[in-house]
Amino acid sequence: MRASPAPAPPEATALEFHDLTVAYHTKPVLWDVDLSVPSGHLVAVVGPNGAGKSTLLKSALGLVPLSSGYVRVFGQAYDDVRTRVAYVPQRESVDWDFPASVFDVVLMGRYGRRGWFRRPDAGDRRTAREALERVGMAEYADRQISRLSGGQQQRTFLARALAQDADLYMMDEPFAGVDAVTERAIIALLRELRDRGRTVVCVHHDLQTVREYFDWVVLLNMRLVAAGPVDEAFLTEKLQATYGGRLGILETAATQLLTERQGRSTK
Amino acid sequence: MDFTLLTVMAGAGTLGIVAGALGCFTVLKRQSLLGDALAHAALPGVCLAFLFGSAVGIDPRHPLLLLGGALLTAWLGTLVILGITRTTRLKQDAALGIVLSVFFGVGIALLTAIQHTNLGASQAGLDKYLFGQAASLLPHDVWLMAGLGSLVLGTIVVLFRHFQLIVFDPVYAGSIGVRVRLIEVVLTSLVVVAVVVGLQTVGVVLMAAMVVTPAAAARQWTHRLSTMVVVAGIFGGAAGALGAWTSSLASRLPTGPIIVLWATALLLVSLLLSPRRGLLWAAVRRARNRRRIRAENLLKDLWRLGEHDGRGDVARAVTDVLAVRAAPRRAIDEARAAGLVRVDGSMIRLTPDGKKRAAEVVRNHRIWELYLSRRLELADDHLHRDAEDMEHALDTAVLDEIDAALGYPSHDPHGRPIPRGTTA
Repeated sequence: MRASPAPAPPEATALEFHDLTVAYHTKPVLWDVDLSVPSGHLVAVVGPNGAGKSTLLKSALGLVPLSSGYVRVFGQAYDDVRTRVAYVPQRESVDWDFPASVFDVVLMGRYGRRGWFRRPDAGDRRTAREALERVGMAEYADRQISRLSGGQQQRTFLARALAQDADLYMMDEPFAGVDAVTERAIIALLRELRDRGRTVVCVHHDLQTVREYFDWVVLLNMRLVAAGPVDEAFLTEKLQATYGGRLGILETAATQLLTERQGRSTK
Repeated sequence: MDFTLLTVMAGAGTLGIVAGALGCFTVLKRQSLLGDALAHAALPGVCLAFLFGSAVGIDPRHPLLLLGGALLTAWLGTLVILGITRTTRLKQDAALGIVLSVFFGVGIALLTAIQHTNLGASQAGLDKYLFGQAASLLPHDVWLMAGLGSLVLGTIVVLFRHFQLIVFDPVYAGSIGVRVRLIEVVLTSLVVVAVVVGLQTVGVVLMAAMVVTPAAAARQWTHRLSTMVVVAGIFGGAAGALGAWTSSLASRLPTGPIIVLWATALLLVSLLLSPRRGLLWAAVRRARNRRRIRAENLLKDLWRLGEHDGRGDVARAVTDVLAVRAAPRRAIDEARAAGLVRVDGSMIRLTPDGKKRAAEVVRNHRIWELYLSRRLELADDHLHRDAEDMEHALDTAVLDEIDAALGYPSHDPHGRPIPRGTTA
């Protein structure tokens, strides 16, 4: 019951990675990745721990130095299309005891768009409030961020990204450590974005929900293993190639079991 | 108050405001020791500037010259810290420790060398940069401090949102176009300037307290960054001015350490008394909660005894009631003070108020047990203990909802009636 195809966005390609290699110190994290992600899809980036999934997102956002290759966003350098991209970092990457309210954090989503030396105006505040409503957090606007549950923290980050009103959303594990209700609310929101022609790219860990949630998938383990529509790329042998390489026999068997079960349940 | 004292108070107050406001960002960024490291890194600069002044024949003790030297080596210290963390795998705390000790060591070596040269006679002016000598502040020193301080505060106002973002979420900041490294360098440079402002007053050794303590105290009182910056400035300024004033009351009291003690006193008061975060209120809340749970358990036990032997609301022996769960005697004193029970000699019974409250508590306990049993399928013999742990933490509104969801049951899983209203 997938929604009807989105109206064609101005660019057919949201993200292009050309011969991308990224290394931290001397250890390569991404190796020679060539990848085009079409726009208007809900995309999962899947792979084992340390496969370079987060780094792939960060390389597109200009947040890590590239060893070689280049990345294009909507066909341009990131700095030229920055206002069209919203990033949702991992929830654990910040200290939630920081003195700020939920609304303060969501308002940060407007900073990049409205000029740095101007105070946020009534329009910015309205956009931030609307973003909070869309994630079901309107009544938490004045809540201290130190008093949020994990799911509420994730919703706050999502609202901040929504307040940026972007065309491309890059999310690092938006479902990590959230409750079932939040997970359903988030996926509904991501589908709504996709159905309005936006592109959403998520680092995702739960192989079981890939088919249900996403329509496009990137399998990554330092190198690009496969990419494409879920039906074409999310296949048992591709998953084995993704997870098999670095894992022991036991884990390979577990992955196999998991994907077999998945294969059965979707038939 | 004489003019000298006012001058010293103005200088110390300025330092407190500037260091306090700026400290909010470094403390929240978990770089509390940045100020400490950079202050120590300023010492060799002071000594080198002195040597330079002597060599070229200008007044080697002129504050502008010495503070300029301090600025240079402290800033060099920031570059070394940034360089170490970016090019090696050493973490920030190691980098801070290295810069602090190496620069300070060089500074002390230079200080000792100067003492043993023929320049030694005029060296007396240098050791005040170690521990500060606020009493020697002159009006032109204070004007210089005020100028540098305004520069720091002005930058904070202009770059407030940048600082907020790179402290809270630097990766996200980078994604929306903040030049994170540049802003970090600016922030660190402001710390260098604040250190220079404080050198003559509190010295390199105690400077860290001026950056960390007011900010830590302010965090206790507010949940807004902008308010925190203002409050920290006020705390720092107050500590500075009060310290300068109290140290003038007795002769030979050192100003710098007294300022630091005032700041620490403000921090202690904040840690203990601030609403929400204060340790004292937390202890009061815990004690109140324990007392409430004790009273609720006592009421529940009285109710159950009546249910058990079918004689309902009669007086019971105090010892029997306490024996049910080995409750302390003061449980009864507290319940009596709250008007929930009446004690006649060795006998105790529920008052009308107590009966009402007991019915509520028993109802909550049994509804919660029923919920655990039906929805979570806990074994019967686990129900009671789990319910006991949770029932005191649930508020009545939640239990009303559970009650409705269960269809207003009449009996708990053990077959005992669930009391409702005052009819039970």
